[in-house]
Amino acid sequence: MSTLLEMRNIVKKFGKVTALDGVSLTVTDGEIHAIVGENGAGKSTLMKILSGVYSHGSYEGEIFYNQNECKFQNIRDSEKQGIVIIHQELALVPYLSISENVFLGNEQTNHNIIDWNVTRKKTMELLEKVKLHEKPDTLIKDIGVGKQQLVEIAKALSKEVKLLVLDEPTAALNDIESENLLNLLLELKKQGIVSIIISHKLNEIIKVSDNITIIRDGKTVDNFPNENIDENRIIKGMVGRDMLDRYPQRQKTPNQQDILLHVKNWNVYHPAISDKKIIDNVEFYACKGEVVGIAGLMGAGRTELAMSIFGGSYGVNISGTIQKDGKNIPVKTISQAIDNGIAYVTEDRKQYGLILEESIVYNISLANLAAVSKNYVINKFHEKKVSEEYREKLRIKSRDILQNTKDLSGGNQQKVVLSKWLLTNPDILILDEPTRGVDVGAKYEIYQIINQLVEEGKCVIVISSEMPEVIGLSDRIYVMNEGKIIGQLPKSQATQEKIMQMIMSSQNDSRAT
Amino acid sequence: MESIKNNFRQYGMIVALIAIAVLFQVLTNGILLMPINITNLVLQNAYILILAIGMVLVIVTGNIDLSVGSIAGFIGAIAGVFMVRMGLPVWLAIILCLSIGGLAGVFQGYFIAYRGIPAFIVTLAGMLVFRGLNMATLMGQTISPFPTSFQAISQGFIPNFFGGNVNIIAFVLSGLASVCYILIEMHSRKSSKFYGIAVSSNIYFVIKLAIIAFVINLFGYWFAVANGVPFVLILLAVLILFYSFIANKTIVGRHIYAYGGNPKAAELSGIKTKRVVLLVYINMGILSALAGLVFAARLNAATPQAGNAFELDAIAAAFIGGASAMGGVGKVTGAIIGAMVMGILNNGMSIMGIGVDIQQIITGLVLLGAVIFDVSTKNKG
Repeated sequence: MSTLLEMRNIVKKFGKVTALDGVSLTVTDGEIHAIVGENGAGKSTLMKILSGVYSHGSYEGEIFYNQNECKFQNIRDSEKQGIVIIHQELALVPYLSISENVFLGNEQTNHNIIDWNVTRKKTMELLEKVKLHEKPDTLIKDIGVGKQQLVEIAKALSKEVKLLVLDEPTAALNDIESENLLNLLLELKKQGIVSIIISHKLNEIIKVSDNITIIRDGKTVDNFPNENIDENRIIKGMVGRDMLDRYPQRQKTPNQQDILLHVKNWNVYHPAISDKKIIDNVEFYACKGEVVGIAGLMGAGRTELAMSIFGGSYGVNISGTIQKDGKNIPVKTISQAIDNGIAYVTEDRKQYGLILEESIVYNISLANLAAVSKNYVINKFHEKKVSEEYREKLRIKSRDILQNTKDLSGGNQQKVVLSKWLLTNPDILILDEPTRGVDVGAKYEIYQIINQLVEEGKCVIVISSEMPEVIGLSDRIYVMNEGKIIGQLPKSQATQEKIMQMIMSSQNDSRAT
Repeated sequence: MESIKNNFRQYGMIVALIAIAVLFQVLTNGILLMPINITNLVLQNAYILILAIGMVLVIVTGNIDLSVGSIAGFIGAIAGVFMVRMGLPVWLAIILCLSIGGLAGVFQGYFIAYRGIPAFIVTLAGMLVFRGLNMATLMGQTISPFPTSFQAISQGFIPNFFGGNVNIIAFVLSGLASVCYILIEMHSRKSSKFYGIAVSSNIYFVIKLAIIAFVINLFGYWFAVANGVPFVLILLAVLILFYSFIANKTIVGRHIYAYGGNPKAAELSGIKTKRVVLLVYINMGILSALAGLVFAARLNAATPQAGNAFELDAIAAAFIGGASAMGGVGKVTGAIIGAMVMGILNNGMSIMGIGVDIQQIITGLVLLGAVIFDVSTKNKG
């Protein structure tokens, strides 16, 4: 096989900060190439150089594509060569249709007038290729993230793509959607389209890739074919040390009699479609010192359940009771929920968790300003002191506490959000996708924080789409499907297969009736 | 780096203000900074400064208020009815007027915060409604004159208790103000050190104190040799200090900024966001009423045209002062500086005899330039 792409000794500096310090990457024709590395290792920067986002001359080193040296000035240059990058944040316009999005910037025209028939026909052909069964006129906002990802790929195919770069393509997808996407990449490989995939999900990389390149601290540290490789081998390369135990052990096991939170007969309806039941008669409990996992596919209602408990921040016509230490507590508003010791760490920290343009201090104190105030006046000195304590305790890596949160890596942003909620001194923490977009090292630290919290007698409820994580962290796991809790498993009995079986049989049941 | 950048944005506006002042000082052959003209500047622009304070808070929440000019005009008309036609005592009329302004804020804020109607539309409607109410109240007539005690709000000066040719009271006030300022800064520095927070170097600190104390006393001198300290200046100083304190130091202030920075994250942090928005509009209504009273007192008349296009000046002041249309960013002091920039521009050009047409063009370009500057310094981060 011949070499398709070679990036040699790429060095990229932002001011005094060196983001890439001599990275090399070789991609051969007909392969799927995986790039792995912790957040901030330089993967995305490297891909931005490849696609011309950072123009030729702003970096050192050479790029050869099909044996020709490339000097891309912008994305158009690289796309002309058949290199298309699909970013983590999808670049689709929500209120335009699928076909309008696919041909955005590449409109199918006849004498400068858009020919909608040709556009629709070509879109249908492309949708067939990516196995997306939607009408070309469907609006992007009406389809899920998984399908949107497929639209992005269809868009790439419309540009005669030869080299497809996907940055964290499955981060927001559930297991089935991820599976479909990976199969599609294998399918495209057969048709001669080469993919570069950047991912934190090592099982997926092992499944589809032919070669793996590991980047750490702006350098290529390892590069090997994907043969007889296990995840620990990759993790070792990424963090530079062995990580024998991905989920740190806890000393105590919780006493199942010591129930802290008990949710009963919980029903929630859709905010816009008020006769659609989203949460259906759910009952669950969590004990002091216990980590309770909630597993399920995307759309099972896990986030909706958590948010409806958290002061009715999702849904309408909410009914049911919530008991804490055996007493009913009111959670009609978010501030009531917080006052009663409930904290909710959202799955989307950028949209809903942080004020990105503001500092770490500002974000940490936000949910409990009373703690740093006297007579409604904020003591800014005390506020800084408290934030500094959390920065040290949770090991938030930043220049100082006045740094804007938007400049932090995913893991450090998540630690800021956790600090914010820890300052409210909660007894019950609900963590929704606590490690999404967080690198391996920071993940481990977040797990340690969770352990420390339950050691202190709090209870932690973890919602995660990564099943190994739910299983690895939890003492007990509830499985949800279609707004119902369909069963629970103690840690000793929980396996990925068993959880999937429960979900599948529940789906079959509901279809049969 | 970050703090230098932030400082630059903050001080950049002050530098621009000084540059404009110096420029017009030269162009007007020294008339601009003559003590009597400084007094005029304060008296002429007081109502815009008052509106700008409220407007910057509205803009920080990511909203806008187009109705402030109409409300100010309407309140002026009502004040005329209360004081001149009905002969109510001045203090009672003022309280009633401020309350009506607050009610106007409740009315608009309710639709914006609790019904989710875009602020632009609600306040555009408010602008038409209150403009109409103003005309209906006055029935096309002008009401005047106001009682002298009411006129004093915008035309009076603090009496010179000490007598003599030089207005000692101006020196006393500016001296007191500068001493207070130095004490507050020193206290804050001491607290920073106590909590182990890094502070700027001693020399820098002393220079900063010296410059600001000098500027305060310079104003004291100007007012002393002119007519003395205008009442409205005291009113402005109290408002600026009060709202800066609210914005920077209090929980409600923090909630306003947090809501503007990310409404959803603020709500999920337990902030009662709807109440925050309502509060900001009530406040804007009260300040609009106050501006209307100050304007009516200065004019000594309630007229159907009062308040025309005030909202545009207030909005421009907030944006020149560094507020962001995206919300979450903007300072009370910034809006004050923005309003002063516009005031000096207009005043300076008027002294030079430049027509209103050219004045508008230049003010427009300054607004655009200020925002371009702001956006470009932001993106370089």
